[in-house]
Formats: sequence, structure tokens, C-alpha cells
Amino acid sequence: MKPLYDLAVIGAGPAGVAGALTASFAGLDVVLIDAAPRPGGQYFRHLPQGFNAQAPGALHHGLDGFTRQWETLRARADVLLGHKVWAVERAEGTVTVRCLEGDREERPRTVTARGLLIATGAHDRPLPFPGWDLPGVLTAGGAQALLKGNLVVAGRKVVVAGTGPFLLPVAAGLAEAGADVRGVYEANGRLGLARHPLLAAGKAGEALGYGASLARHRVPYRGRHAVIAAHGEGALTHVTVARLDSAWRPVSTRTVECDTLAYGYGFVPQLELPVQLGCATRADADGSPVVTVDGGLRTSVPGVYAAGESTGVGGAVLAEVEGRIAGRSAAADLGRRVPPLPRLSRRRDRLAAFAKALLEAYPVRPGWQGWLRDDTLVCRCEEVPLSAVREAQDLGAIDARSVKLLARPGMGWCQGRMCGYAVACLAGEDPAAPRRPIAQPIRLGDLAAPTRSPLEG
Amino acid sequence: MNQPYDLVRARPEPEFEISVDGAPVPVIPGQTIGAALHGAGIRSWRTTRIGARPRGLFCGIGVCFDCLVTVNGSPSLRACLTEARPGDRVSTGARAGQVGPGGRAGDGDGTDGGKTVNGR
Ligand SMILES: Cc1cc2nc3c(=O)[nH]c(=O)nc-3n(C[C@H](O)[C@H](O)[C@H](O)COP(=O)(O)OP(=O)(O)OC[C@H]3O[C@@H](n4cnc5c(N)ncnc54)[C@H](O)[C@@H]3O)c2cc1C
Ligand code: FES
Repeated sequence: MKPLYDLAVIGAGPAGVAGALTASFAGLDVVLIDAAPRPGGQYFRHLPQGFNAQAPGALHHGLDGFTRQWETLRARADVLLGHKVWAVERAEGTVTVRCLEGDREERPRTVTARGLLIATGAHDRPLPFPGWDLPGVLTAGGAQALLKGNLVVAGRKVVVAGTGPFLLPVAAGLAEAGADVRGVYEANGRLGLARHPLLAAGKAGEALGYGASLARHRVPYRGRHAVIAAHGEGALTHVTVARLDSAWRPVSTRTVECDTLAYGYGFVPQLELPVQLGCATRADADGSPVVTVDGGLRTSVPGVYAAGESTGVGGAVLAEVEGRIAGRSAAADLGRRVPPLPRLSRRRDRLAAFAKALLEAYPVRPGWQGWLRDDTLVCRCEEVPLSAVREAQDLGAIDARSVKLLARPGMGWCQGRMCGYAVACLAGEDPAAPRRPIAQPIRLGDLAAPTRSPLEG
Repeated sequence: MNQPYDLVRARPEPEFEISVDGAPVPVIPGQTIGAALHGAGIRSWRTTRIGARPRGLFCGIGVCFDCLVTVNGSPSLRACLTEARPGDRVSTGARAGQVGPGGRAGDGDGTDGGKTVNGR
């Protein structure tokens, strides 16, 4: 570890790795930091060595390209895996990144750099509904992470539900891995695979591959359908699937037996680090807060860049392109000679336009609020039912913030990561950028003594 | 179910065991405690503070905090992120998610995060 790097990159997904490598090629001294023990981020999540997988690429499109970047980067830059970043600060042109190393006996580590690239990705966006906290109900990304990172199939009889193109790879992956996928329920219109938006971005092969895989396993894929309730005593045994009208109000319902539900209604970019630094944010096409960046992926704070899902949900290919642009900007801003590459910016514009079209094609419609009952938990951590949120509103809470103060949704362990979107919707507003002074849980002892130089400890 | 192994042509190293509330659970080296539990058919291992609701994996990537366990006496670890080690003794139940000595700080606005607790 060096006392001062030119650029620290947080996140070893497609955006962070591409950004770190590009900056390193441009002559910067780079350090890449990720909480996970292996590189890849969400999309290129790697299996542990212990599996000796001879064909790991079966789980991801384009793994070879990522692996080449990673191997090259490792030889050129410092890589700190297993380092959770819990805070970042910036003073006098230097960024301080505070990490905890290790997954249980944690040691504090501090990294300093002149510039910072934030590529921390996103997490699933679940909606609450009756029974969503029953064991066996997982987020779609969670089911994918179990498979890609652990070779564990999330269940035997699995229902996949929610909205967005991400449901397809999740369902196809589960089916290929041996699960009996009882159905894929897309709450928005099923566009028909031939007209599926993935095709528009030249990802025809990928979309058709998922479609063919679902067809081969005889998995029904239904548009305008959603899981509106999950049932079981202590664990999931069946779900209520509803046919929806265009506002997502149930028209008719039936029961589907399953031991597992994998569901998601899009993604939420993880913004606690850019917010800590004071980076400006904006509402994306789906209302989600994302970091505001210029064409060079510069945030509003000098020397701080953002790429990948942090700037708007757009998938792995866009993430990689953004990483490369950000790496070039960081090098140029530190005086390295970086010839312009307009082709790259045009590529980003095209992919970003497509990502926006996807967000618009798969919105969350307000009818989901009608799926909730008085006793449905809105906040899983603090176990706040819908009735308590409504009571807070009757007491005069006019926005999500005052609902939170009165009824405590979002005040528990996850700090609103799971319920923040839903609470904002129930309060009739767009979700606000998260204000979390601590991005990862930390022992109080480490919090009390955060100033340790990089060469100590 | 060996299909996921066939899919990636895995030749896994020999399993080891961890003990979960005294019962053995097999692990492939590198798997997380949460994945090993889920893979062994154990779907819940904690109950909530207020409603005593069972909880296990939900987000799978460390953001929901539903999967908390105590490992070798260290409380409040996220099972989905914590790689299992041979001989780990995992204890579950309501207390796994509560703050004890060595509790963790959430944010400053009154979470479970144990402002009242001394750090280690
Ligand atoms: C659970 C999940 C599974 C997904 N699976 C797929 C899939 O199978 N196919 C698909 O097309 N898309 C998938 N996605 C969508 C995914 O967001 C994009 O495809 C793509 O991975 C985004 O790339 P990225 O580089 O922006 O971020 P990511 O790939 O998400 O990488 C972000 C990295 O930052 C690290 N990080 C975040 N916060 C911190 C911190 N505080 N300290 C240290 N490190 C940190 C994370 O550990 C992660 O490795 C998934 C998303 C989620 C949430
Ligand atoms: S399952 Fe969400 S934190 Fe572990």
C-alpha cells in the first residue's frame, strides 16, 4: 500500500475494473478497493476457488473479457479485496477512504488518493406485499448471487416475479441449474421476445438465449401478472398470482405452489459514499436518485468520478464503458496526455439512451399499493405495518421523512435500503438520496479511532 | 441436485462441516455461511424482535441484514457475506441480530446500532 495514490477506485464490478485499468494505462498510480473477496461485482460475480469450475463462463456472458481486464489490472495496480468502505472524506485535494478489512475480525485501513472513482453498483429494489418477509422469498438478485457465487440453487419450485429484463436471466439461470421454474410474472406488458428491448441494443443473442432457455424448460412467461401475496406457516408454500390491469390493480387471481419466490422491481444505486462527499444527485427516469455526472463522468465534486449503476441503472456493458470514460477523465484531469476518443462517448450515449428506454418500459405502477393490507410490513427491520405508516400520515406526517420519524420505517439495520423506495411512494414522493454517514456497519471502537495512517495497522 | 455443478463443470474440493446450533452443515470451501444454510434446506435462522418472525436470506448481498448470525461468539454478522471456515460454530435465534458487547453502529438516528454499547 502506498501513502498516496493518484486514483482510488471503489468497486470491482465492470465499471470499477474498466476504470481502474484505463486510468492505469494512462499512467496513474491506481488502487482498487472492493468489499467482496473476489472481483466481478454483481454481474461477473466469481465462484470461489473451492469449486474448481472448469467452465465458469456458463454463468455469465462476456466473462473472458472481464477476466483479461482483471488479470492485467492486478499486475499493474494495487488491489484491496475484502475491504468494506464505510466512509470517504475529501480535504485539500486529497480523498481519504476508510475501510474495514476482513469479513469478521475486521481491521481498519485507510487509503488516500488524489482522485476517487465511485463504482459501487446497485442493489435490488423490492416492493412490499403480504408475506414478503416469509423465508423462501428472495430478491431476484439474491437468487442470482446464490447461484453465481455459491452454486446454490435458490429452491426446487421457484416463481420469478417483478418487472424488468433482469427477470429473464434470473429465471433462465435457475432453470438451467435444475430448478422447476413455475413461471415468470412480469408486471408490465410482456413485449414478446421478438420485440424485447434487449434486442434493440444489439443484445439479440443474449435475449434469445434466455428466451430459448425458458422455452426449452417450458417456463411460462406472463406479462401483466404479479405475485401479490406469499403464503406459508414459517416458510413459503404458495403465492397468489394476479392478472393486473394497466395500473397494476388485480383483475383476477390464482394460486401457484412454490417453495421459493425470486422477485425484484428494478434496482437502487448505492449512493451513500457520493452523498457523504456532497456529490450532487438527480432523479433518474424511474425517480431513483443517481449521481449527477458530466460527459466525462465527473461528479460535482472536483476529483471525484462516478461510473456504472451509481450514475443510473444500465447494466454491465454500459457500466464498463462508463468506467473507461471515467478512468480517462481522471488521468486527463491529473495532467496525463489522453487523446480524445469520441467513439467511446457516442457508445455511452447510445447505451444510456437504451437504458432510459428500459426504465420507461418497465416502470413501477401505483397499483402495487393496493396489494398491501393493514398488517403488511412495509419495513422489515423495524416491523412497521402499513397501518402505522397511515397513522403517521393521519397524525400530520406530510413526507417520507416525517413518516420515518413518527412510524420508524427505515430506522433499523438496513437503514431504509429495502423499504426506502416503498415509503417514498406511499408518501407520494420520489425517493431521496440516502444520508447515511456510515456506509457499512462498524464496531464502535473502530468508529472512535478512525484516524490511522495507511502505513500503520 | 448436481445440475449447477455440471453447468460450470465444477470439481469441488471436499466439503467441510460447520456447526449450526449444534447440528452439522456441509460447506464447499469458499461458500458463505448463508449459502451453506440455504443450500442445506435451512430457510430461516433468526426471529425478529417484535413479531418473532422467522428470517433467513432475502437480499443475498449484504444490504437487508435479515440473515444475521453469531459466529464463534461474534454477534451480528451477515451470513450471506461471511465465508464459512472449518469448525465454525454458528448460533442463531433472536439474539443473533441484537446488539451485545461488540455491537455495531448503524447510523446516528437511533437504529439498533447500539449507541449505548461499548465497542471492542
Ligand atoms: C444482486 C444483484 C445481482 C445481479 N446480477 C446480474 C446478472 O446476473 N446479470 C445482469 O445483467 N445484471 C445483474 N445485476 C445488475 C448489475 O447491477 C449490473 O449488471 C452490473 O453488475 C453493474 O456494474 P457496476 O460495475 O456498476 O456495479 P457492480 O457490478 O454492482 O459492482 C459494484 C461493486 O462495488 C462493491 N461495493 C459497493 N459498495 C462498497 C463499499 N461500501 N465498500 C467496498 N466495496 C463496495 C461491491 O462489492 C461490488 O463488487 C445484478 C444486480 C444485483 C444487485
Ligand atoms: S441476506 Fe440480506 S444481508 Fe444477508
